[in-house]
Amino acid sequence: MILIVAEMSGGKLSKSTLEMVAAARQMGRAGDVTALVLGSGVAAVAGEVAKYVDQVLVGDVPALAEYGPEVWAAAVAQIAKEGEASTVLIGGSRSGREYSPRVAVKLDAPLLEDVIALKDAGGTLTAERYTFLARVTETVETAAKVVVVTVKPGAFAPAGPATAVAEQFDVDLELPVSRLKVTGKTTEKTDRVSLTEADIVVSGGRGVGSAEAFEAMVVPLADRLGAAVGATRAIVDAGWRPYAEQVGQTGKTVQPKVYIAVGISGAVQHLSGMNKSKVIVAINKDAEAPIFKVADYGIVGDVKVLLPAILDELKK
Amino acid sequence: MLVERSEWMRMLTLVRQVLDAEESVRVEAGAVALGSSKLVMDTMDEYGVEEALRLKEAGAEAEVVAVAVGPARMQDALRTALAMGADRAIHVETDVVLDAMALSRVVATIAKEEGADLIFSGGQQADWDSHALGAATAERLGWPQATWTSALELVGTTLTGKHDVDAGSETFEVELPVVVTTQQGLNEPRYPTLPGIMKAKKKEMRKEGLERFGVGPSVTLKGAEIQVKARLGKILDGKDAQGAAAELVGLLRNEARVIA
Repeated sequence: MILIVAEMSGGKLSKSTLEMVAAARQMGRAGDVTALVLGSGVAAVAGEVAKYVDQVLVGDVPALAEYGPEVWAAAVAQIAKEGEASTVLIGGSRSGREYSPRVAVKLDAPLLEDVIALKDAGGTLTAERYTFLARVTETVETAAKVVVVTVKPGAFAPAGPATAVAEQFDVDLELPVSRLKVTGKTTEKTDRVSLTEADIVVSGGRGVGSAEAFEAMVVPLADRLGAAVGATRAIVDAGWRPYAEQVGQTGKTVQPKVYIAVGISGAVQHLSGMNKSKVIVAINKDAEAPIFKVADYGIVGDVKVLLPAILDELKK
Repeated sequence: MLVERSEWMRMLTLVRQVLDAEESVRVEAGAVALGSSKLVMDTMDEYGVEEALRLKEAGAEAEVVAVAVGPARMQDALRTALAMGADRAIHVETDVVLDAMALSRVVATIAKEEGADLIFSGGQQADWDSHALGAATAERLGWPQATWTSALELVGTTLTGKHDVDAGSETFEVELPVVVTTQQGLNEPRYPTLPGIMKAKKKEMRKEGLERFGVGPSVTLKGAEIQVKARLGKILDGKDAQGAAAELVGLLRNEARVIA
């Protein structure tokens, strides 16, 4: 069995789940591709994922209403053991990267983190992943019988539906009580497409000038393109933008179809969060800025004049 | 003054050494070569050392122990932690490169032997981009974890704080013992002062071998490649802003076909 832990957001199946299905199908390892759906009131998600896999296991209980690393790890490890899973695929989201190591310890399995490619050859699983601020691609392998893998969001093209709809089975879970008590929640605004799922990202840096200029120029450009908004660490530290928008080593890693960098010089820590974007566009007044070395398209000039001109042009 | 064991605690802060972000990466014989490059303490681990010191300065009766596993050069990072204010250091010296899952075995063993109550680990390693060490250590010890913390407060044996989750952030409360991982924004790590650096030279740095831990790598590195995606580099002159804007939008629409 190849076990995929389904990811969802706002009651809907996440794109990352279909990316994991693609990884599971391409891997070349025998076994039913099985989705595990955990939560409370998740029948719709289970029904949706059933179109893509061979089998769906559903743990739909009130105790799973809120995610917690200890609870999720226990549930996933139990199902992996019972189903004798050879491979457990977990999303490379913040939660996935947080509970997957616990699953690996429980299964006494190695953990391949944030993989971008996965291939089985004679029982040995080989994976590729980015290291050293996304400047290096490393190939790692393991011959272990059970392997836990986290899959980097955006690295695999989402799988299409399978030929038949999979059968669903309810599972009984023995769940621990989470010792980390959540006392409050702040949810990021969700009226905009999320940074890590967006096809287009418009990001700004110091060169934008001010928080006001960012609101007046970068945000409207993103709105016009239906894009997510990103920011550099420098302007997040300066309080211009929230941390949730930070792209780079200590922020989010994005891989959109097009990344538009406005007034960003291109420090290596920022590049590590966006240099796998398919197309990179840079707008900066300094022709020597490192961002132009990774850019497909760009304009050297004054952001204040260029951004309104680009917006005008997009309206044509 | 005698302090009751229930209030006295020991904090371990895990320290790793990584390539300075400004240094260029070289690959030799299928692996990243660090030989002559400048190495520094991982920033994420600096947050951990700093936070342990702050909790102690805020009134926690605690000993702060910096722990590192790796080659001889790692003692530079441990000396930095001692100079910042950690009380002593443990260095498990080995040239074997251990992944996070293997490393967590060593850390969990040391935590048990030391009777640790609180362990700090970097939220994300700057070299392998791994998040696993903190959570794997917590699981091996049977402890809870608080990952990606951006604020912490310790009252008695109750740790409260704030941390990031998938769709925003949460405030939390947890009883010690616990493993905490850090992130940017948790604090501003202090720079070691000259007196701090002098004092650090006299502090205990215990050396250990890896053998007694019975640990080897759980994954094998097969190769490493520096990948530079070929970029088109079509950079326009923006002196004529309208003209350049029109040309760029045209290229994105008709050549790259990435916008409507």
